[in-house]
Amino acid sequence: MKNMFFTQAVDDALSQAMADDPRIVVFGEDIPLLRRDLLVRFGPKRVKGTPISESAFLGAGVAAAMAGLRPVVEIYMVDFLGVCMDALLNHAAKVEAFSGGKWTAPVVVRAPCGGGYGDGGQHEQSLWGWLGHIPGLTVIVPSTPADAGGLMLAALQHDGPVIFLEHKLLSESWLEFLGSGGRRNIEYDVPAEGTHGPVPRKWEPLPIGKAELRREGTDVIVVSVGVGVHRSMEAAEILEKEEISAAVLDLRTIAPLDKTTLCELVAQTGRLLVVDEDYEGFGLSGELAAAVLEAGIPVKYARVCTQTTIPYARSKEDHILPNVERIRTAIIDLLKPTQITRG
Amino acid sequence: MPIDLWSLYALMLKSRLFEESVTQLWKDGLISGEMHLGTGEEAIIAGVVSHLGTHDAMALDHRGTAALLMRGVDPTLILRELLGKPDGLCGGMGGHMHLFSKPHLAASSGIVGAEGPTAAGFALAVQYLHPGAVAVAFFGEGAMNQGMLMESLNLAAVWRLPVVFVCKDDRWSITTQSETVTGGDLSDRAEWLGVPGVCLDGRDVTEVWEAARKAIALARAGEGPFFLRARCVHFEGHFLGYQLIRAVRNPLREMPKITIPLTQSFLRTSGAPMRERAGGLKSVLSAVLSTLRDPRRDPNSDPLKRTRSTLQSDSDRLQALEDDTERETGNIIALAMEEMVAS
Repeated sequence: MKNMFFTQAVDDALSQAMADDPRIVVFGEDIPLLRRDLLVRFGPKRVKGTPISESAFLGAGVAAAMAGLRPVVEIYMVDFLGVCMDALLNHAAKVEAFSGGKWTAPVVVRAPCGGGYGDGGQHEQSLWGWLGHIPGLTVIVPSTPADAGGLMLAALQHDGPVIFLEHKLLSESWLEFLGSGGRRNIEYDVPAEGTHGPVPRKWEPLPIGKAELRREGTDVIVVSVGVGVHRSMEAAEILEKEEISAAVLDLRTIAPLDKTTLCELVAQTGRLLVVDEDYEGFGLSGELAAAVLEAGIPVKYARVCTQTTIPYARSKEDHILPNVERIRTAIIDLLKPTQITRG
Repeated sequence: MPIDLWSLYALMLKSRLFEESVTQLWKDGLISGEMHLGTGEEAIIAGVVSHLGTHDAMALDHRGTAALLMRGVDPTLILRELLGKPDGLCGGMGGHMHLFSKPHLAASSGIVGAEGPTAAGFALAVQYLHPGAVAVAFFGEGAMNQGMLMESLNLAAVWRLPVVFVCKDDRWSITTQSETVTGGDLSDRAEWLGVPGVCLDGRDVTEVWEAARKAIALARAGEGPFFLRARCVHFEGHFLGYQLIRAVRNPLREMPKITIPLTQSFLRTSGAPMRERAGGLKSVLSAVLSTLRDPRRDPNSDPLKRTRSTLQSDSDRLQALEDDTERETGNIIALAMEEMVAS
């Protein structure tokens, strides 16, 4: 084992795959600068910059995948998928169905996501629920360097479109590029375990659609992804001192959702808290509740999500995004005996 | 109305001093996230905005501070906004990329190219509600490759909308040299979409003011849209803390962070043949070299210095103007700092 930073791990797994598979090409805005280490190793035929034309280059990535390449298309931020959503919504996601299962678009869309560094509501969204909503798209949100590398390798081998989201608070390079700009006097609440950690000597693909239990617990199961996993872990550790035992499940993949693991764990504790940095309404948090209800498991349920547009002001932002205190309070409330009043 | 260089210089100086103070606050860690400045493009903004009046609209990009200041938005409100204060221009919700002023019909966006549709829509509304009013769109040449902006040029042409499209051309699309990702000539592109235009030196406020006067007069008279392409430089590159500019300014500290991983990756055994790798390395070096040779390092590119030199014949008046502006800006910053300490 060795240690790596989060995005270093993604790039390392990507470069291992590029060395093994000449069909993999990488392109997107500013890629010659952002992936310069890949550029000097694999050359400008495989690592390309694009104009600021997301609709064109993402759509081209989808079709290039259909025609035999394995493109990794980088979008500057998941928020900017708004500009070129058609390529995913109406094309990448539908090729397999429209062709009667005879054709797929194995494109990997790589994008930074998430907030917590004061960049405002057009640059800090999560949007994985919005993407996971569309049949045909695989959506991956890793929370550790080891998962990030292993799941990137899995994404590159997957026979269909995959959205691979890197949380900017976990990514050493995105946070430096967008959050600090070389400043040493600005601090963000970065979960250390997610940003740097052990990775295998040689990357092996991790299974897509398999959640990982990060912490055992008997009173409640907290389910999350990305930075939310680390916030949940911190809350669970605090609550342990108050003799509350909270398990933490890291989904790692939004779509397909690991309903089996989810339902097993919820059945054990009977209490489910979803911690989701994405928007609360019509998204992942509601989907998890539906999965449990559909399985017929009796459950007490609560969620800590982002309910509004993410404010620019750091003080407001920290409150709007799921934080440790909100999670702690939600768990305590969930453990209170239910009072049913009949009118 | 003849050109009044004194008032144009006053507008530019007000904006420059304000943004230099913002730079310091950002460096001090009091402003989070990214910071895109308008320093270097003041002549373009002043030359256009000085023609605007009641009912005229502005669609701004991610560096909209200068335009709002020159349009008459209270600088204290903008500063409080950048500091994330609840009594800022947008209640601390927007930050510098998402500044809005309803009384001035001015809206910003951090999505590249979004100024096109916004200006077209503002123009449609003012054409109907306040005939004779116009909408201005400010964007960079990188945005000219964005579909929605090209579509907006066409829409404005066929609907004969009173839009003045102002392309602030600094030759850089974020961190990519625009000529490497742009086909054809941008002035021709607008023309072919039915929008007549001129190309001018955006560092020369007189040239911009004259061109904008004609363009805005045509739009007000119902002659349809116009395209101004004005060359300029951004002293700080795309945003504060841009890595290559840091590397050029402080090579001993910043260069190894780039070159060490780059060399390691270049020398890895598996990968492209050496000839292709050399091609990759060449393009990385070219980006560093163009940053070194960048005209933004040439003092003659500063629009303020150019205007100032023509006003120097009346040195007393110049001194008084500069002292007043400096005092005003200083007071605004001091007040905001006092508020910060008090809160």
